[in-house]
Amino acid sequence: MQAGNLVLLLIALAAVFYFFGWRRSYAVSAPLGGVRHLHSLPGYYASLAAVWCVLPALALLAFWLMIDDAVIRTNLMASLPSSIQPQSQVDHDLLLNQIRNVAGGALNPAFVPAEVAAAAEQLNAMQAKNQLMLNIAFISIAVIGGAWGWSRVQPRLRARQQVESVMKWLLMASATVAILTTLGIVLSVLFESIRFFQKVSPVEFLFGLQWSPQIALRPDQVGATGAFGAVPLFAGTLLISFIAMCVAVPVGLMSAIYLAEYAHKNVRAWAKPILEILAGVPTVVYGFFAALTVAPAIRGFGESMGLTVASESALAAGLVMGIMIIPFISSLADDVITAVPRAMRDGSLALGATQSETIKRVVIPAALPGIMGGILLAVSRAIGETMIVVMAAGLAANLTANPLEAVTTITVQIVTLLVGDQEFDSAKTLAAFALGLMLFVVTLALNVIALKIVRKYREQYE
Amino acid sequence: MSKTTEQVRKSLKARYRSEKRFRAFGISAVAFGLLAVVVLFTDIISKGTSAFVETYIQLDIHWDAAELGIDDPSDAEQINYADYDALIKAALRERFPEVEGRLERRALYQLASSGAGFLLRDQLQENPDLLGTIQTQWILADDDVDMFIKADAEDRPDTRLVEVARPWVEALERDGHTDIQWNASFFTKGDSREPEQAGVWAAVTGSFFTMLVTLVLAFPIGVAAAVYLEEFAPKNRYTDFIEVNINNLAAVPSIIFGLLGLAIFINLFGLPRSVPLVGGLVLTLMTLPTIIISARAAIKSVPPSIREAALGMGASRMQMVMHHVLPLAMPGMLTGAIIGMAQALGETAPLLMIGMVAFIVDIPGGPLDAATVLPVQIYLWADSPEASFVALTSAAIMVLLAFLISMNTLAVLLRKRLERRW
Repeated sequence: MQAGNLVLLLIALAAVFYFFGWRRSYAVSAPLGGVRHLHSLPGYYASLAAVWCVLPALALLAFWLMIDDAVIRTNLMASLPSSIQPQSQVDHDLLLNQIRNVAGGALNPAFVPAEVAAAAEQLNAMQAKNQLMLNIAFISIAVIGGAWGWSRVQPRLRARQQVESVMKWLLMASATVAILTTLGIVLSVLFESIRFFQKVSPVEFLFGLQWSPQIALRPDQVGATGAFGAVPLFAGTLLISFIAMCVAVPVGLMSAIYLAEYAHKNVRAWAKPILEILAGVPTVVYGFFAALTVAPAIRGFGESMGLTVASESALAAGLVMGIMIIPFISSLADDVITAVPRAMRDGSLALGATQSETIKRVVIPAALPGIMGGILLAVSRAIGETMIVVMAAGLAANLTANPLEAVTTITVQIVTLLVGDQEFDSAKTLAAFALGLMLFVVTLALNVIALKIVRKYREQYE
Repeated sequence: MSKTTEQVRKSLKARYRSEKRFRAFGISAVAFGLLAVVVLFTDIISKGTSAFVETYIQLDIHWDAAELGIDDPSDAEQINYADYDALIKAALRERFPEVEGRLERRALYQLASSGAGFLLRDQLQENPDLLGTIQTQWILADDDVDMFIKADAEDRPDTRLVEVARPWVEALERDGHTDIQWNASFFTKGDSREPEQAGVWAAVTGSFFTMLVTLVLAFPIGVAAAVYLEEFAPKNRYTDFIEVNINNLAAVPSIIFGLLGLAIFINLFGLPRSVPLVGGLVLTLMTLPTIIISARAAIKSVPPSIREAALGMGASRMQMVMHHVLPLAMPGMLTGAIIGMAQALGETAPLLMIGMVAFIVDIPGGPLDAATVLPVQIYLWADSPEASFVALTSAAIMVLLAFLISMNTLAVLLRKRLERRW
């Protein structure tokens, strides 16, 4: 990539200016009697020269890369002869694509009109010129910046303060990435969702009972309008999450209680890390386990009892998801249980309560906010979990509460709608973003509530 | 004896029973968890070990120039495009002369892997003197033959090998003309439609480039953000907002990051699909909260006296951080980074969104080549209908788990070796 090479070149230039800045700081300090007469250490002067070399050039590069594509496109389209000037937006895109394909060598110029072939050649020429101009501008900005930084090296220059403020800005920019990420998530799902809701009414999406997003390519084809009622997906997601929580909450909670209150130190030292292995296993492995081991086992077992079990039953996916969440609940519960002060247990035991009564009546109530917070976080994980359900749950949107039937979930639908070829203006693709928005909002709400609960009640026993 | 004591004594038995019951629940919960670990691992290992070896059959190959269609052995072009499958077919016909009829012949030819010809070509390119000789050679078998040979005697009727071919394979086995050898191609090749030729190396390299991009971006940015929040950030709304964002991002489902990558990096910035660069960018955003949180914990654990001593000696705040706090917090930060990387290495869902699910045969050469990663390869193979892919999938899972376990062990060791107690 050209930009990559430019950045490498920039690093080399920065090193050169660092070296010259270093040399100059010694040179300007020599008549005064050594570097101790400088305001800052020589390294700061050198860094300042390098910073002046790097930052303006990088800013130029980012700006250039952002606009050059659009500028080339506009110029190219304006320069086309009127005979092939596109009439509509669709024609415009098609023509542009064709020109690009010819220019990129993917399409033989002999197969297209002569004007298009000429435009492709012009595009190549414009791109070459653009690249050349970028290279020249980038290198000259870097050299001019570096030289300016170098020329400013003077004994009285407050180089350390300047370098440090640049560093501080960089640190702050890094911290801002977190905000930008959230912003990016919100904007990307929100914009596409708004476009989706222009095609499908939100009421139908939120309350409709039919989900079949396949839209025919031609409007006159049978079944041309898809149905976008997401209720079966919500129900399926909740069913699988509910099964998962039925496994994970009792097992996770009881193992946390046992390991924290009853188990011998050595048992705890072994059992806890082994349980936590479950948290480190990638979800795709759980998906494989659910689809190829657990689901056939449940099916075989069910059939031996005379039940009809779908081979992609909600039970298999939910069970394995529950296993995945066990360590999540157990380690969160363990933290809050061990945080309950010893004195409270001693008080209860001294009154003659058995250990289990102490746990049930004293420790658990004291730890309850933390446990509830942990469970809510676990629910949000179960709802957002993707690979297990993609591999082990079904694709058909059945509205059922029977765990032996196949159901589908929000995440499964997002994956099936977006994997493969997409066109970005069909309701089918946009529906994935609307589902993503739902998922984001629900998990965010769960997280916020969970953190609130934990924070509100935490200090009570400290 | 008072009435209360009497009551308590009466209820004691029931209370002790309930105590025992509660304890038993606890033990069974722990046992269930441990059992899940054991079942998961034995299941994967028992399914996967057979994929590390593969079956070869011994045949007498006539390196016949006419059969190959080579008239000038010095012509590299001819050597490259010669019909090597014909040699194998001839050898098979010679081994089983009794096989007649088109359908039977076709079944016979399918005993050898469709890729076996390429192995012969490589041999000839290496040693042109083979031409005209007769060599007894081990030829890679088809995956159905492979499954049949590896199966126990009682399971053999259930394998996929066609009925007519079974006596032939059994004859080969009786004569000692089948052999199970180490499956080197599993570790050196890319994906393939033929299970016996498919390997994980392309996926491993793809994972490597993706992780490289992630590490190069996530570690510096994460550490810088943590330093800012712990050491420089004023207590104001902006800082609070950053903190809330980090905490929430840590709990956002990973697939949402995939949507972000698709909408922003691919559609808005126009970066190519299916490349490790975009995968790395998405995983960077996903692992950043983990890295920031652990780096902040590491910075917090550096005692204030160190900072005060540095400031007291006249260091600026930035010097204090760069020269003292960061080096002391580095082991903790590295541990957090390794754990974040392990999490990213096992991640699949966001990469599906940005198109890293392509069928990749070639080994990617850089972060801008189309690639797939190990977990996605596992997902793709798990979806394949061919039975041999189950073993292959499990073997790929074992490779992935081996990487994850070694990364986590490294993190634990690093923490034990380098972490200081103040």
